[in-house]
Amino acid sequence: MATEFELNGQAVTVDIEGDTPLLWALRDDLDLTGTKYGCGIGMCGACTVLVNGRATRSCITPVESVANASITTIEGLDPEGEHPLQKAWVKTQTPQCGYCQSGQIMQAAAMLKDFPDPTDEQISQVMGGNLCRCMAYVRIREAIKLAAREMNGAATDTASVAGGVSHE
Amino acid sequence: MIKKVLMGMIGLAVLVLALFLVIAWESSIDPVDAPVSDQFSQEQIDRGRVLAGLGNCQTCHTTNPDQPYAGGLAMPTPFGTIYSTNITPDPETGIGRWSEEAFARAMREGVDRSGSHLFPAFPYTHFTKMTDGDVADLYAFVMTRDPIQAEAPENTLQFPFNIRMLQAGWKLLFFDEGRYQADTSQSEEWNRGAYIAEGLGHCSACHSPRNQFGAEDESRSWEGTVVNGWYAPALNASNRAPVDWTTDESYAYLRGGGSAFHGIAAGSMADVVHAGLAKAPDGDIRGLAVWLGDLSGAGDPLQANRQAAMAIENAQARLKPAKIMDQGQRIFAYACASCHYNDPSSPQATRPDMSLNSAVVAPDPVNLVRVTLHGVSQEEGLPRIMMPGFADALSDQEIASLLTFLRKTHTDQPPWDNLEQTIRDHRQ
Repeated sequence: MATEFELNGQAVTVDIEGDTPLLWALRDDLDLTGTKYGCGIGMCGACTVLVNGRATRSCITPVESVANASITTIEGLDPEGEHPLQKAWVKTQTPQCGYCQSGQIMQAAAMLKDFPDPTDEQISQVMGGNLCRCMAYVRIREAIKLAAREMNGAATDTASVAGGVSHE
Repeated sequence: MIKKVLMGMIGLAVLVLALFLVIAWESSIDPVDAPVSDQFSQEQIDRGRVLAGLGNCQTCHTTNPDQPYAGGLAMPTPFGTIYSTNITPDPETGIGRWSEEAFARAMREGVDRSGSHLFPAFPYTHFTKMTDGDVADLYAFVMTRDPIQAEAPENTLQFPFNIRMLQAGWKLLFFDEGRYQADTSQSEEWNRGAYIAEGLGHCSACHSPRNQFGAEDESRSWEGTVVNGWYAPALNASNRAPVDWTTDESYAYLRGGGSAFHGIAAGSMADVVHAGLAKAPDGDIRGLAVWLGDLSGAGDPLQANRQAAMAIENAQARLKPAKIMDQGQRIFAYACASCHYNDPSSPQATRPDMSLNSAVVAPDPVNLVRVTLHGVSQEEGLPRIMMPGFADALSDQEIASLLTFLRKTHTDQPPWDNLEQTIRDHRQ
């Protein structure tokens, strides 16, 4: 069955069984392997992508259910890989093995739309479903706050961005 | 002596039967040639299109989206299965040979063109309240659809429920024919809402429990019930939602498909909102919302904000001390909270909060079970917001522990019975 959707701004069509998880459509049929397979049951967050801007676990999302939707993966979050979260991830040296990180970043990107200046409580609740076996949680939290500061600063005062990065 | 009594009884029975036949007998209305479309003005057809949306005709009278209004939808009832009919103007299998008089009689008296009584699965008990003008406009719309040749399957009602003439008796007991009577003590907006809700919109056909004869139980009007595998919540003050259904929230829900304080329209209600009410102007939706706010006894928006904040705070407070999470709480933290967590002061419709959600406080768990298993499609609820289902990810026991946790910590309602059985039943 052919399913059409928009992937990182480009129209794509996959001709596979409709109940195939979106994760495998992305990785096997569309060759975007930045999205990772973790648990396969929506319990770890490694496969998180954006569906119409909302963080969604692609391993339990049948491809037919995203027909005509707009999908964003880690490859399309920013054309240059320069999303504030990606920059903050580098700056804080957040990843260790890196396997869960694209899911973490996609979940965080969605969270910052709903909670532009997230508290620790909000980060814990919203990011709690994105597991990291390397226990990089402290740096993930730090990177999210750094990115939030840049994004909020950029909207009002670009000069404060440099000032916000005080822990190098 | 016995013979005389017997003869008397038989005589009486014959008399009663004859009287019943007189009451039950309805004349056939002569067939007409299918009306030509230029006999209706475009304005009239357009008004009819809105009315067909308000009446949500397409949901029951369509099985294949490419053949709208061609009927054939199976409606399981305690008496057997009834199939919706073809209401396209096809002369053989649809209503192409129905005059406006025949159409009006069907809508308002529940009698088809040939004189047969219709079953109340067709909500003529509500349509009877429609104005002459609305019936005429709806006729214009229906008669200008593409005629589709499609014979509806035979009903499989058990004897004696399959005898249409007996419906005359049902009507004597349960049907009051008559147009909508405005309540002059209420505003024009309220009356507009009541006219739609009680008439064409036939809201109580799903939102009121029925008696053993399949008629709406007037002693329990608007108290909510399970219909076709979904729970249609109470619309009156017996609704257990922690936040009042204010006019603003009702409007948001009926216009957009979701309310931050209540959740989203799933299942058949998604059709009502997106395929039906979507065609209606704002004034109609506003009227429905005003009427609904009154029916449920809602307070003002400020009070609703306070109620929402309190409900979320209470749920979050119940969770705080847990150092060791039970299974349901663990599943919620991993699989649900990333989307379903909110700040008490600003719950978002796109992050339906479980401490406010209609499905979690409902007396029947079926809506929550179905959405957890099968998710929410892009076409349901808020447009383009979808939720994947967990049918393939979680076992019956795991889903039961998740929903038990939600019920216990996010509501003040008693536990559900038969939760695991409901989950098994809806896996398909």
